[in-house]
Amino acid sequence: MNTSIWDWTVVEDVIPLLLKGFAVTLLATVVGSVIAILLGLLLAMARRAPTRLVRVPVRAFVEFVRSTPLLVQLFTVYVLLPSLSPFVIGASVLGIHYATYMSEVYRAGIDGVPKGQWEAATALSMPRGRTWQAVILPQAVRNVLPALGNYIISMFKDTPFLAVITVHEMVFQAQEYGSDHFRYLEVFTLAAAIFLIASYPTSLLVRRLEKRLGH
Amino acid sequence: MGTFLTQLGDSAGNIGAAILVTVEATVLGAILALVLAFILGLLARSRFLVVRGIARTIIEFFRGTSLYVQLFWLYFALPVLGFQISSALLCAVIAFGLNFGAYGAEVVRGAINAVPKAQWEGAVALNMTGFQRMRLVILPQAWIGMIPPFNNLLIQLLKSTPLLSLITVADLTFEGQQLRAATGQTALSYLFLLVVYFILAYIFTLLMNALESVAKARLGRGGGLRGLFRLREADPTGRSAGAGAGGGA
Repeated sequence: MNTSIWDWTVVEDVIPLLLKGFAVTLLATVVGSVIAILLGLLLAMARRAPTRLVRVPVRAFVEFVRSTPLLVQLFTVYVLLPSLSPFVIGASVLGIHYATYMSEVYRAGIDGVPKGQWEAATALSMPRGRTWQAVILPQAVRNVLPALGNYIISMFKDTPFLAVITVHEMVFQAQEYGSDHFRYLEVFTLAAAIFLIASYPTSLLVRRLEKRLGH
Repeated sequence: MGTFLTQLGDSAGNIGAAILVTVEATVLGAILALVLAFILGLLARSRFLVVRGIARTIIEFFRGTSLYVQLFWLYFALPVLGFQISSALLCAVIAFGLNFGAYGAEVVRGAINAVPKAQWEGAVALNMTGFQRMRLVILPQAWIGMIPPFNNLLIQLLKSTPLLSLITVADLTFEGQQLRAATGQTALSYLFLLVVYFILAYIFTLLMNALESVAKARLGRGGGLRGLFRLREADPTGRSAGAGAGGGA
């Protein structure tokens, strides 16, 4: 038994495991992002629906989901829908949680489109669907791309929460290895390093996108 | 339903205590985060490259690694190096403080940079020292801009406290799970838990709105009490939540 504080053989041992977990982490981020980007847009559009019967419940849903902890939401869905796989639940709940944040981003983008654009579309008697698709969204979405990027990075850093419902992502692997071998220092230091290596360059890219779009 | 309510009544004491633990972790974490945010945020504006560099590195490090990992590192890995933090709760408070302090530092920096240039020049023209300028002119104005993003961070901190239940602290989430085990009512227990968190988040938002009204009134920009009950605004740039690499502004 090696008694030194930092053991490089542990590092060699655990890196393949962490990378295997990292693949799951990335997949959860991608699936969650797709859900968040699409559902977020739907929620934002629903908050501009012509009837209050749609607007009010949607608003309540957004406020409730974004004011309650992701961890508890994960537990809730996990125990209520035992037939679904933990990964499906994890990625979906993560996606829905961030959809509520992204809906606010889209809403700001949509509000930023000048009123004249809506009026011009009305003057051309464009149907509502076509107004959204051809006039409003192309302008609204372009401006909010960096914000969506920021939330995707944030989502990436929240994926460890999925470990609590036994999704085998990176931190789950780290915890399991740590408790099996009683080596915590190496595994959590490496996990932190991998997060930093992945998220910092991505955040630089988002920053460049912000600059290019003139924010 | 009946048994659930009976059990809820029986464990009201435990749940009350658990809410206090959750609130305690949130408030202590927020205080530590606030102090670190100001220290790091001001250092990140230093004239000296080395000071700026150190502050930036700390900020980017804590923003770039996940809070979950930071907490587990402090709880499981730090004792290996010979530092045992005396309680799990303290461990979490430190992790919250470091993580949200790093996010808050960007808020502080951005808000100070957003104070119009004429205010700085005016203070210089009045022959104020650097310290006076900050304390009397810049910070009171920047502070107003900091409160809404601080509110978002505070709620995120509150929403991170269920992590306590993973490191053996009997917080609200822990007691919610006890309630579920005692009653077998999964859906009701978790719904109850979510509603309590929602109410806590709303109370914190009300307090922050009040703080904002006070700060504005002090500068004669008071909007009165109208804005007091409004819900928290989202951060449409996502900067307070996500990326590092230094905001513009």
